[in-house]
Amino acid sequence: MSFLSYLIKGISLGSVYSIIALGYTMVYGIAKMLNFAHGDIIMIGGFVIFTITSTLGLNPFLAVLLSILLCTLLGVVIERIAYKPLRNATSLAVLITAIGVSYFLQNIALLIFGADTKSFTSVITVPPLKLVGGNLAISGETLVTIPLCIIIMVALTTFVKKSKTGRGMTAVSEDKEAAILMGVNVNRTITITFAIGSALAAVASALMFSSYPSLSSTSGAMPGIKAFVAAVFGGIGSIPGAMIGGILLGVIEILSRAYISSQLADAIVFFVLILVLLVKPTGILGKKIQEKV
Amino acid sequence: MAMLEVKNLQVYYGVIQAIKGVSFEVNEGEVIALIGANGAGKTTILHTVTGLLPAKTGEVLYEGTDLLKIPAHKIVSHGIAHVPEGRHVFSQLTVYENLLMGAYTRSDKSEIEETLETVYKRFPRLRERKGQYAGTLSGGEQQMLAMGRALMSKPRIVLMDEPSMGLSPILVGEVFDIIQSIRKSGTTVLLVEQNAKKALSIADRAYVLETGNIVLEGSANQLLNDESVKKAYLGE
Repeated sequence: MSFLSYLIKGISLGSVYSIIALGYTMVYGIAKMLNFAHGDIIMIGGFVIFTITSTLGLNPFLAVLLSILLCTLLGVVIERIAYKPLRNATSLAVLITAIGVSYFLQNIALLIFGADTKSFTSVITVPPLKLVGGNLAISGETLVTIPLCIIIMVALTTFVKKSKTGRGMTAVSEDKEAAILMGVNVNRTITITFAIGSALAAVASALMFSSYPSLSSTSGAMPGIKAFVAAVFGGIGSIPGAMIGGILLGVIEILSRAYISSQLADAIVFFVLILVLLVKPTGILGKKIQEKV
Repeated sequence: MAMLEVKNLQVYYGVIQAIKGVSFEVNEGEVIALIGANGAGKTTILHTVTGLLPAKTGEVLYEGTDLLKIPAHKIVSHGIAHVPEGRHVFSQLTVYENLLMGAYTRSDKSEIEETLETVYKRFPRLRERKGQYAGTLSGGEQQMLAMGRALMSKPRIVLMDEPSMGLSPILVGEVFDIIQSIRKSGTTVLLVEQNAKKALSIADRAYVLETGNIVLEGSANQLLNDESVKKAYLGE
């Protein structure tokens, strides 16, 4: 029974990783850049919710909505100010800028909220579910996280596959010049991608800090890196890849923590990544683009 | 007045001058061929016309507006479609979705449906394969898709870059038949080709490009009989 409970916990954590990984993978697919500041958006989202609920004492639901709004705006502003001027620069310059933005956000948070770790109050009020005569308990956070993750995946996949904007995104990610010839505004597409990715990061932050309530200026870094690993694991650029990669990563992490060693859990996660990349360098669902002449 | 008028166009790649002051014009209803060897600048000219490359100096006047002042993604809605060299279909989209991408700037659904029907009529193969991913098509089918996709924007002029490249002789014939039928339906064509003989056989007028300069121009018939053209481009 405990295995099942760990598995569910792993899927729940993995769902959060998937939602964050979507932001990485979509931005990489469209703008061909690794946005290492993506994890710090999660931290900012956490502080926004914390400030509104704990400091101002307002409704948690309102706090989450406001956090989504502010993070979306922040993501778009970061893209405009930091990345857009580098559109034709080398990818190394963009990467270094992204790391710079990441440190900038962490230090801004440190300046505003201080260095002490805050205790985040869960925004989820769903009561836990007890099954099999109380032997299997599923937390309210898990009960919300997993279905919400599924809804986000389905909605996002439908949007990318069926909407005109989504098709434009696929076109830009595959062949920017041909997309321009079709009349797709690449800058607008990149803005939309950053907006979606940052909004998802805000959702992920509400879910993650509700389950893992310690919040400080560096709280976004580790989940950010793990979500990046999840994206690479699943095949960077691929939306279903990010989902699968995220969930696998969460399950591996929780099971290693439970059965092997809680200190070694992160090491095992990264070791599995190395193994996957050795066997399949493009990730689980990564496509090797082949050109036909 | 010419439909498309390129005046003293100069284009650089870094410090290297690729186009050294080229001028030509395309009148409505014509098929104009730009011929020349590899590296003469044919593709560069098309890329500059549709805004993928910036020009150093010069003008690209289309019905009086200077295209060089318009952002690249807005050019297709002016009625200019570009079939790029190497087809550049979206391999992760289906044939149908590729065709819809061609109509990206149009919004009237029933009009798009109508155009889709005419494209399917012109390329029956695309209708048969509409649910298939474009990456799984053969080279010839991808060329048809790239042309069909361009027609989905209901262009008044189509720029075609090496449409016959890498195709078997039968398919080359088919592609040129289609270009003629596009012209018959009233669409102007600016054709860039290394296959000079084929290009001149369907063009009204042509320009010969050599290392960034136009060295010869005239009616297609004149050029077909020109000794220097025969020697350099027709292999006679």
